[in-house]
Amino acid sequence: MNTVSLVPSSESEISEVLIKETEPLHIAGGQSRLEATEEKIISTSALNGIVEYEPGALTMVAKAGTPLSIIKNTLQKENQQLAFEPPELKHLLSLPGNSTIGGVFATNASGSRRVQVGAARDHLLGVRFVDGLGRIVKNGGRVMKNVTGYDLVKLMAGSWGTLGVITEVSFKVLPIAETQSTLKINFCDANILNKAINTPYDVSGTFYDVGSRVSYIRVEGFDKSVKYRIKQLLGEFSDFEVDILEMEESKKFWQNVSNLDFLKNIKGDLWRVSVRPTDGVKIIQMLNPKVGFLDWCGGLVWLRVDEGFDVREKMQKVAGHAMCLLGKFEQFHPISTAEKTLSNSIRKKFDPKMLLNRELLN
Amino acid sequence: MYLTDPDPSILAKKMELVDKLLSFLPRDAVIDDPRETLAYECDALSAYRCPPMVAVLPRTTEEVANIVKICWDLDVPVVPRGSGTSLAGGALPTGDSLVLGVARMNETLEVDYPNRLMRVQTGRTNLSVTGEVESDGFFYAPDPSSQLACAISGNIAMNSGGAHCLKYGVTSNNLLAVKMVTMQGEIIDLGGSQFDSSGYDLIGLICGSEGQLGIVTEATLRILHKPEGALPVLIGYNDSQVAGQCVSDIIKAGILPVAIEFMDRPCIRATDAFSQAGYPDCEALLIIEVEGSEVEIEEQLAKIIEIANKHNPVELRRAKNTDEANRIWLGRKSAFGAMGQINDYMCLDGTIPVSKLPFVLKRISEMSKEFGLDVGNVFHAGDGNMHPLILYNANKPGDLETCEAFGAEILKLCVEVGGCLTGEHGVGIEKRDLMHIQYSADDLEAQMAIKDVFDPKWLLNPTKVFPLDASAKRRAGATQETAA
Repeated sequence: MNTVSLVPSSESEISEVLIKETEPLHIAGGQSRLEATEEKIISTSALNGIVEYEPGALTMVAKAGTPLSIIKNTLQKENQQLAFEPPELKHLLSLPGNSTIGGVFATNASGSRRVQVGAARDHLLGVRFVDGLGRIVKNGGRVMKNVTGYDLVKLMAGSWGTLGVITEVSFKVLPIAETQSTLKINFCDANILNKAINTPYDVSGTFYDVGSRVSYIRVEGFDKSVKYRIKQLLGEFSDFEVDILEMEESKKFWQNVSNLDFLKNIKGDLWRVSVRPTDGVKIIQMLNPKVGFLDWCGGLVWLRVDEGFDVREKMQKVAGHAMCLLGKFEQFHPISTAEKTLSNSIRKKFDPKMLLNRELLN
Repeated sequence: MYLTDPDPSILAKKMELVDKLLSFLPRDAVIDDPRETLAYECDALSAYRCPPMVAVLPRTTEEVANIVKICWDLDVPVVPRGSGTSLAGGALPTGDSLVLGVARMNETLEVDYPNRLMRVQTGRTNLSVTGEVESDGFFYAPDPSSQLACAISGNIAMNSGGAHCLKYGVTSNNLLAVKMVTMQGEIIDLGGSQFDSSGYDLIGLICGSEGQLGIVTEATLRILHKPEGALPVLIGYNDSQVAGQCVSDIIKAGILPVAIEFMDRPCIRATDAFSQAGYPDCEALLIIEVEGSEVEIEEQLAKIIEIANKHNPVELRRAKNTDEANRIWLGRKSAFGAMGQINDYMCLDGTIPVSKLPFVLKRISEMSKEFGLDVGNVFHAGDGNMHPLILYNANKPGDLETCEAFGAEILKLCVEVGGCLTGEHGVGIEKRDLMHIQYSADDLEAQMAIKDVFDPKWLLNPTKVFPLDASAKRRAGATQETAA
């Protein structure tokens, strides 16, 4: 597809486009998470650059099209990071683009540290966007505590571009821990993840490989503190055979998790299922997938299943939602009638012409 | 401040309303005697009072739904109320309104430790939620200073914070799901026990909407395992700029304390006289608390003290045990009480970028002279949330007005330097007419469009949050046509 591409360089240009436009538009950030769903594309690539960065206040403001790599590098120089570890989908989905900061927040892309520090939406402090009628709107700000008016920031996070073209985001950043270690617990059950998080030891990542029955438990912090917490956790899991991945090895492991490397080179449909953490194991037992991994203490299930296998139909009795990332099914899980009614009305207020990412969240 | 007049056509429906309510509610759940409705005439913004037409105290979500449906049919405005601790007038009634209090809805519905969550009715007080799970080593993180009294419903309405949100976030970051009654009387469930949901983040939208989008009757809250321990260090400086620099250096060094509290000289003096906490008489006092095991606390405090010493503190006192920790916190925790001993006060909570602190403090002290009113500053320094306490005499004619004008100037200043009007108290009636300072007409329009969706007749807490001039047409009932 992709016949026409608009590359506006300011909010007012986007506004002009949207006021006049009558045909549907696909909003493209770096096109690393989603293939274009419309023939006409509006790109955020010309909205590029870090507007403000205050390391002492743990906050950054950036234009939506700024590549994620630039953000990460800039933060790294001050020994800071996006603590919610946005995962990269491009390798897995074989998409050529590079992730942008706007795309990260528009899709609420959150990684393994979700269990400790929250999701992308919890780090987003402010947004600027142009709605489907061309109105330029700001909400939130660049300070960490802000309850002035409604929280449209949360609404925009994870709205997949269906309410407006996000032009600028401000967000909370956090220090990179001095060191980290990961416990690799062999031949265990997945409930180990919940046991680990329900300790005072501030676990920052939990991962389980269903095939090999191995758990990974990460702790991060200052040197003495990490050593102490590893020792305590070893005590908790003294019945198991445990290896310790030190700093570099640990980092590399979680980097692979973040890139979803462990799901690559496996045939079949790709699903991402979000359930109550203790239900993660149930999902695996019910579906018996070709390959399965649990993140988020069991609350996030990554699955590779036979082509055309309907995960949603099979999980019906378990509360949660399943996103189909590769396969013939609708990407998003259906929502309740009440939520649907409210959501449609909100969308109609912000984009009555249904110009923006029309095919998504429908 | 202008309080809206009651609508006589609504007042005329009082009998009909009470009859309908009594058809399914017990007598003691319906308060319609003017002597008794007085109990609901204000919240913690007690300078403004107005008893409601009727107050009701339901026990179940179904009762809430029935009440609201009746009000929807009769066009009676509904003011939801938790414990009435709002400092912004969030629960202030209008004379023609029904106050719906959730105080009798205080059951715990589910505690699930493996999944780190609990489900409660929202009339529960904040502290009692932690109380329920504390003996098993868990806690609910948001800790507004009114936590002994304030209800979870109000916490959700205002997206409450607290002293420890630098590490644990505010209500919105710890709320997983809600059961809510819409103004049409429909009971809906939003969110879930899982970490994220399909579709729009409606729960994020509800949290902080000041009771204008629905009445939240049940909440699923994230609970966390308690840390092994916590200890603070007290650091005094003779220059607020230096204190600000110290905070910034600590954060840049990769240390993330659970709390960084800041007090200025007027506040230090007042609290010390009141509590005998033994605070040094200096320009700026920091209380920095870290968490963990003994070895972890030791490691973090050592790093903090090393940084603090580079800035030549006039005092540095490190708590070695809980007793010493309590002594350090004593003054800070009684700061509001101490200021209240001196005079009436108004407490603001504008937030600023941390780097602007010295400039803002200097301007506030200049303005204090211009307006002729004293002001003390307590401040969550880690997240930029200020708490200027302006002293005034409620019995002196004109003093309240001068105080409000001074407060408005401080909040304008907060917005000018890149901050916001309110960090945790909410807008309520107190700051509604200042919203124009922070938001353009289109910004407000986008927010009001959300209310149009949830409450098309603008009956839920209608006079809050938005400037009266901006919401006038909608409140007059013209919404559907003009906003579509």
